[in-house]
Amino acid sequence: MKSAVIVFPGSNCDRDCAVAIERSTGSPAQMVWHTETKLDDGLDMVVLPGGFSYGDYLRCGAMASLSPVMAEVKRLADRGVAIVGICNGFQVLCEAGMLPGALLRNAGLKYVCKAVTLDIVNGQTRFTSAYGQQREAVMTVGNGEGNYFADTETLDRLEGEGRVVFRYRDNPNGSSRGIAGIVNGAGNILGIMPHPDRAFEVDLGSADGAKLFQSVAGSALQPA
Amino acid sequence: MKVRVEVFLKPGVLDVQGKAIEAALGGLGFGGVSDVRVGRIITLDIAGDDRAKAEAEAKSMADRLLANAVIESYKVEVA
Repeated sequence: MKSAVIVFPGSNCDRDCAVAIERSTGSPAQMVWHTETKLDDGLDMVVLPGGFSYGDYLRCGAMASLSPVMAEVKRLADRGVAIVGICNGFQVLCEAGMLPGALLRNAGLKYVCKAVTLDIVNGQTRFTSAYGQQREAVMTVGNGEGNYFADTETLDRLEGEGRVVFRYRDNPNGSSRGIAGIVNGAGNILGIMPHPDRAFEVDLGSADGAKLFQSVAGSALQPA
Repeated sequence: MKVRVEVFLKPGVLDVQGKAIEAALGGLGFGGVSDVRVGRIITLDIAGDDRAKAEAEAKSMADRLLANAVIESYKVEVA
């Protein structure tokens, strides 16, 4: 599998993502600086990592969504390449209009950093197929603006179309309907607030995140 | 031209900062305070002296970057 991790100024989980991808799938990831104007056509997956791109100025992810590389991320997304936005990456995808909704300040006002149990609501996606019969996953969250918001009509549509992929067992940040992760209509863009990149081996407390990357690898044209 | 763009969370979108400030004001003894909302004011200078053009440009800026229409509304004022 060929994958790339986009590095924005202020990203801080880019290395975590690269290590997680390599350890989970056996294939290394390229690191791509956000000013890049050309992404490799042979990529199977592009990851937008967590962190504080542009210092969270204006709104989380707002500036990064306008980075030069985002035009390329959109081009590959339109071609069906798997795109994964984790935490700040999820915020970037929403700001870029590639996923519906927005991430608000946590309802409890505090930055929340802890392990959470997620229900795997849809195990049939490109990002969850490797979970098999497993219906829950443990990953950690680390966010101050992780409170997923969308209007009722959008939420109903997401639920009706099976696009809510992960849901918090105990909602840590006030997210609408406990939503932790969603996909776009075509099913190739995932936004997830918890970090699979911090849960890819047992020594980290959970290896459940590895299966997310393995799911994508399983759908790749050039398997690991 | 001096332009002022006010950005606020839309009614119905939970404003947790506003809620926290409301609670703190209550703690200071200010009774009867409700519906505290926190917004953002962005001021900028647009070259030229065409008011309508400056306003249209500022609205375009708000639509594309300064505000997120999913959660926020905005108001543009040209001085």
